[in-house]
Amino acid sequence: MPFPRLIPCLDVTAGRVVKGISFQQLRDVGDPVELAAAYSEGGADELVFLDITATLENARTMVEVVARVADVVSIPFTVGGGIRSADDAARLIEAGADRVSINSAAIARPSLITEIANLFGSQAVVVAIDAGGGRVHSHGGTTAVGRDVVEWAREAALCGAGEILLTSIEQDGQRSGYDLALTAAVRDAVPVPVIASGGAGNAQHVVDALRVTDAALVASIVHDDPSQLPALRDAVQAAGIVLRPLPEVVT
Amino acid sequence: MSETLIVDYGAGNTRSVRAAFARLGETTMLSAEPDAITSAEFVVLPGVGSARAAMEHLTETGAADALRERFRAGRPILGICLGLQLALEHSEEDGGVATLGLLEGSVHRLTEGRVPRLGWALVSPWGDSFYFAHSYAARSSATVATADGVTAAIAAGSFLGVQFHPEKSGAAGERWLASCRSRA
Repeated sequence: MPFPRLIPCLDVTAGRVVKGISFQQLRDVGDPVELAAAYSEGGADELVFLDITATLENARTMVEVVARVADVVSIPFTVGGGIRSADDAARLIEAGADRVSINSAAIARPSLITEIANLFGSQAVVVAIDAGGGRVHSHGGTTAVGRDVVEWAREAALCGAGEILLTSIEQDGQRSGYDLALTAAVRDAVPVPVIASGGAGNAQHVVDALRVTDAALVASIVHDDPSQLPALRDAVQAAGIVLRPLPEVVT
Repeated sequence: MSETLIVDYGAGNTRSVRAAFARLGETTMLSAEPDAITSAEFVVLPGVGSARAAMEHLTETGAADALRERFRAGRPILGICLGLQLALEHSEEDGGVATLGLLEGSVHRLTEGRVPRLGWALVSPWGDSFYFAHSYAARSSATVATADGVTAAIAAGSFLGVQFHPEKSGAAGERWLASCRSRA
């Protein structure tokens, strides 16, 4: 088995990484390329970039961001937000993204998962599921779809999803821990890896998630500050989770 | 000037491979031109898409025969991920595909653990961890390194193939690519 993964998530709009409690209170936290390089230095196993506004104009900007990141950063990264077609996915992958994450568009049309998987392989398609009350929500978690999360995860994997990114809407931003029961239920239902997301407030929460599943998304726990990542890695390892050994820095 | 040719076989993320060589100070060109493939100083067969689509593209463009000729002539080829798998004789992917047949062996769907197999794994006997993202793996007498029992590298004659992505494996990957390139 590969090592469990810690995956920092960067919210991007108009070519900048932002942080906010709501869209009305966004704060600029920096340049995506600089932050990505710093997370990579700090021992991130992968990165996720989420285009949080996903307008047509932002989609074009995102392709440019992806190309700049791919030129500089040598760890894998996933890009999500606003991907509605195989062409959208192809533009991002050809610009250098390793994988794309799709959410609302896959709910509306599950065959989109298969189309992207046929072009680039299952490992290139992440299906993001926003879960509230055990039910699937679309459009950034705002719209209840009425589908059972576990059942949708199973269908997504059958359609060719290579990974499930499972976010608990209730836990997100609460800093009281991941939804471990739901994460375990999804993990048991699908043969593909599952990334836990939403709710990490301390290193123990990350440890708890990595005992249940393959990877944990981290965002606010590192305060959008890459310099916090080595300490988180150390704390997770001190609790007995073995992360990948980082190569010694050759100076 | 040394130049590395990245074999172009349709859609996919070749930018990351080119960027990794650029970080080493190497220029790269993307091509499926048979003459360029046989004569380039160094050739990389990258890992994109599916085995069937890749073989169809390589055959149509004449790149498949050029790669066989290059291998017979003892000129270096590096295969990455699907590029490793294509060098063997047969792949189970897409209902079964005859592949380049440079090296003995075949490619089978992974049956243990979560598939696709995603993440970093320790490659022995080399001792570094590299990034893997695959659903199929090689079984070959040319295996020279493994990770958790899965083929991580094969080598025979002038072909070296790795199942992991050195271009996505951070500092360890960069060092590995540099040493691979300097030995070629």
